[in-house]
Amino acid sequence: MLKVSNLDLHYGAAQALRSVSLQVPDNQVTCLLGRNGVGKTSLLRAIVGQIPASGGSVSWNDTDISKSSSEDLARLGLAYVPQGREIFPLLTVRENLQTGLFVLPRRERQIPDEIFELFPVLGDMLWRRGGDLSGGQQQQLAIARALVMKPRLLILDEPTEGIQPSIIKDIERVIRLLRERGGMSILLVEQYFDFVRALADTYAVMDRGEIVMAGDMHSDHEDAIMKHMTI
Amino acid sequence: MDALKTSVLYLDAVTVSFDGFIALNRLSLVIEPGEMRAIIGPNGAGKTTMMDVITGKTRPDSGEVFFDGQTDLSKLDEASIAQLGIGRKFQKPTVFENQTVYENLQLALAGVRGVLGALTWFASDKDDARMKELLEIIRLNDVRDQMAASLSHGQKQWLEIGMLLAQDPKVLLIDEPVAGMTDSETTETARLLRDIAQNHSVIVVEHDMSFVRDLDVKVTVLAEGSVLAEGSLDSVSADERVIESYLGR
Repeated sequence: MLKVSNLDLHYGAAQALRSVSLQVPDNQVTCLLGRNGVGKTSLLRAIVGQIPASGGSVSWNDTDISKSSSEDLARLGLAYVPQGREIFPLLTVRENLQTGLFVLPRRERQIPDEIFELFPVLGDMLWRRGGDLSGGQQQQLAIARALVMKPRLLILDEPTEGIQPSIIKDIERVIRLLRERGGMSILLVEQYFDFVRALADTYAVMDRGEIVMAGDMHSDHEDAIMKHMTI
Repeated sequence: MDALKTSVLYLDAVTVSFDGFIALNRLSLVIEPGEMRAIIGPNGAGKTTMMDVITGKTRPDSGEVFFDGQTDLSKLDEASIAQLGIGRKFQKPTVFENQTVYENLQLALAGVRGVLGALTWFASDKDDARMKELLEIIRLNDVRDQMAASLSHGQKQWLEIGMLLAQDPKVLLIDEPVAGMTDSETTETARLLRDIAQNHSVIVVEHDMSFVRDLDVKVTVLAEGSVLAEGSLDSVSADERVIESYLGR
């Protein structure tokens, strides 16, 4: 289980996270909701060690990972798919996928066939350059690259943003499949409420750098959640 | 054309696209003299591109952008637009950390006179009065001799707003001023901007809804590069299309 406790984060003197606590239970999809600018991406980047927190702690299966490097976290099984995807545009699809392999023991460094069952389109485009793919295909590549790492925790930052509806359906199907198969927790940041409702087990809502609501997705708090997401 | 004549900023059917991505889609917006307007909208709504078009950083593909009912901004570069009196405050505070609050303001005030003028500048009584006025407006009179580096985040934002005011702009564009501020700084910033709006036109882009409520001004909701709704915060937040857009539908 991922456990974030009383996390503070500052950019210079500006405070972006205020004593944020969050739990991501094993084998579940946890969704982090909230309008733009409330601190969702800052929280993810602090979890994966991309920006140092100024207070509080993050633990993974009871080990403190607050000070761990991104590389160590990747080896521990945390995989992060950033908003905007950040695939390598000049590398081929195959090469992009291979970049995820470095965290595995040498003998396991092979792209599993399963990746192409989840994302058939990537199999058809193995030799294309990442930059030549459509936005939706790049998003699928970014998720696939994370899955190549055989993560225990998959962190997705707004995977539906700017993506065409048919590919959103594909991504939804993949997340559902991963959830059903078990062995992996998923932390999903989203602003697309219906997508979240279809996938999440638990949720947390942020506003002004704080968690303002959290609980079971299928409780009757939907109206209150939506109120926080809108204006 | 009447709306154009009486406006301080006039955008009509402004379209901007980058590599096929339409950032602004026939955006129209009119700001009256002395008006403060809050601009809100989900990610990628076009808020920053709109500011870029007004300040000359980005040229529109089509559409009209006028200042003061007569000056065509789409023909001017960034420096000329700033000279006209359109000041912009970016989200991140940029003050001179190793100068005092007073010196920061002095630099901004002197800056109006050009390089030679700035080098040979001495404060006149009139300038002193102006400095005093500015320090009052930005709530920093008590810390005027402190280094800017020692200020809180909110105070730095106020100082930079003061530096903008020192250049006597007609229009201020302010991008996410309260992000990262404490609750009390946020409340005070709403008051500060309302003070400024008494004799300036102000456009504020913000996501913080309690702050927008405190501003108590007309709100424009942008989505996908166009105006989705306009009116009081209560009226736009009850608008079904606005709700749908924030839920990503």
